[in-house]
Amino acid sequence: MSSSGEVAREASIRSQTAPRSGAVWIRLEESLLPSLVALLVAAIVGDILIVVFGQSPGAVYRLLLEGTWGNSYGFGQVLYKATTLTFTGLAIAFALRAGLFNIGAESQLAAGGFAAATVGLALPPGLPWIATLPVYVAAAALGGGIVGGTAGVLKARFGAHEVITTIMLNFVVLALLSYLTAAHLNVPETLHTTEIRSGALPRFSDFFASFHGSAVNVVLLLAVLACAGAWWYLFHTRRGFELRAVGLQPEAAEYGGVRPGVVWTRAMAISGAIAGLGGLNFVLGYKHYYEEGFAGGAGFLGIAVALVGGTHPLGAALAALLFATISQGGLAVNALVPKQFVEVLQAVVIIAVAVSVPEVRRMIRAQRKRA
Amino acid sequence: MAALLFLAQTLRIAIPYLFAAAGGVVSERAGLIGLTLEGYMLGGAFGAALGSYYGHSAWIGVLSGIGGGALLALVYGVSAIRFRADQVVIGIAINLLAIGLTRFFLRLAFGSSSNSPRVAGFGAEHAGTGVSALLSNPMIWLGVIAIPVIGWVLYRTPFGLRVRAVGEHPVAARSVGIPVPRVRYSAVILSGILAGLGGVYLVLDQHQFTDQMTAGRGFIALAATIFGRWDPLRVGLACLLFAAAETLQIQLQGAQLIPSQFVEMIPYVLTIVALAGVVGRAVPPAALGKVAE
Repeated sequence: MSSSGEVAREASIRSQTAPRSGAVWIRLEESLLPSLVALLVAAIVGDILIVVFGQSPGAVYRLLLEGTWGNSYGFGQVLYKATTLTFTGLAIAFALRAGLFNIGAESQLAAGGFAAATVGLALPPGLPWIATLPVYVAAAALGGGIVGGTAGVLKARFGAHEVITTIMLNFVVLALLSYLTAAHLNVPETLHTTEIRSGALPRFSDFFASFHGSAVNVVLLLAVLACAGAWWYLFHTRRGFELRAVGLQPEAAEYGGVRPGVVWTRAMAISGAIAGLGGLNFVLGYKHYYEEGFAGGAGFLGIAVALVGGTHPLGAALAALLFATISQGGLAVNALVPKQFVEVLQAVVIIAVAVSVPEVRRMIRAQRKRA
Repeated sequence: MAALLFLAQTLRIAIPYLFAAAGGVVSERAGLIGLTLEGYMLGGAFGAALGSYYGHSAWIGVLSGIGGGALLALVYGVSAIRFRADQVVIGIAINLLAIGLTRFFLRLAFGSSSNSPRVAGFGAEHAGTGVSALLSNPMIWLGVIAIPVIGWVLYRTPFGLRVRAVGEHPVAARSVGIPVPRVRYSAVILSGILAGLGGVYLVLDQHQFTDQMTAGRGFIALAATIFGRWDPLRVGLACLLFAAAETLQIQLQGAQLIPSQFVEMIPYVLTIVALAGVVGRAVPPAALGKVAE
């Protein structure tokens, strides 16, 4: 890549148009403000729904906080849910950096979990988890990566738009997994496979008794590692640089000697692999089997996580905590208002973020011009 | 007789697809991605249950179902047109919103987390699945004409010309005086009404609303829209094809020839194949998903 310097110039034009002094603050303002506005809007809609149901918003929100961050069981459950959401959110944020919208995290997550479970069923029982973990990680990444990579190839080779292909692949892959489970692996009369006897991961409650009962497990550490790894790849390697260049301006990147098709395929495969790793959380950390439908919408909520997190790996982890809190909070407040109200809140957050990102940015720019 | 029953069952399955795909064509030809069809259908279904239950009339159900679909379409329109938000993100969120809202109000209005009480529908109580029951249901008739009417509107009316213009080249459309946002709003709300009617059909046919009862039908309609290359006639045929495959699978269930999951895949696999351009490339409207400046 002799002329990747060209790409550097193309890619950095955006940041150079802003004045150098305070550039960091402006970027922070542009990325944080929309999320804050969105949360405010969501809180107002939440208030309305709570009042409609004849409850007091203050009491509901207090109960929501107490049931999540207020005790170690609730907090453990938040961390457990945040683990899966970190993987799917990170996967989607990673693909977005390449300019690709991966709507297929749901089936990539399921495929990762399925692959891990299949490998687990074949392993001899009683192996230590430290020894089997790399095998499981490889299987889950491969399972999700194949699904994601397929969408990448379809785009690179045939120009098929990844939004539609990933949606369609969701249905195809979930049906395929349903067939494989039903035909070959399941315990009769259930939707899950037999139990894996090797490599179940320790839960946090094994080390800290206060987490007792919650499913948070060492896959959480894997999620943190994945975020760090994605951040390093995106911002400190040449391939990550090429990926971001293609995401900003594929034609310019191609002019600079990067082949967008290769980058798209690679980005979708890695994105799928990251989502696939999320399957370990349920399969190895919680139930020790694959169950149909375990993804339960985490792939779609990952879109919200990626957006609220500003498509940054660190942001994805924080946003995953937020959405996990809302999810778990729904269960905590179910005595006062139907837990379904948090599903509405999550959708409202997504809409509000998507609306306020361009809107707030325009307002900030207009204000700056006046100043 | 067997052939007639097969056709009747295919039609029954196809009706919600035909409604929603008609909406998909209108929306996408105006440049707005039809990811929201599933949500509109669910909104329409719940609206129909509310109206039919509290209004004691199927026709009130139809009207309130239309309102449910149009309301969600309005949220989509305002976000995507006025605020220029990303259509894919909003589309996914509208579907989540529809699931959440219908569940919340199911609890509020009917005190249940799974289904509504029995509501009024069209025709006799136990009309069965025969051909005569089919013909006496006005929703079937509406569904059958939905696609031809949309074809006529798109290709034979000034409004249709405007819809196609803003979907292909909004800048050029504006330069000849077409009010681009207004045309897009009209198209997106029309699409909400049409897809909502698909949900209405389900509720009035099954005499109740059940949680997430649309079960991916909106996405099959989206698949039909793409597989039919955004052309009403082909889209209608795609809906019938997908419905026929399902009917075949149901009727062969005892025979266990093909696992049902593989039949489920058919619309989605065909759509991927169509997009990949193996047999004739599917080319979307040029301004689909793009922000109109």
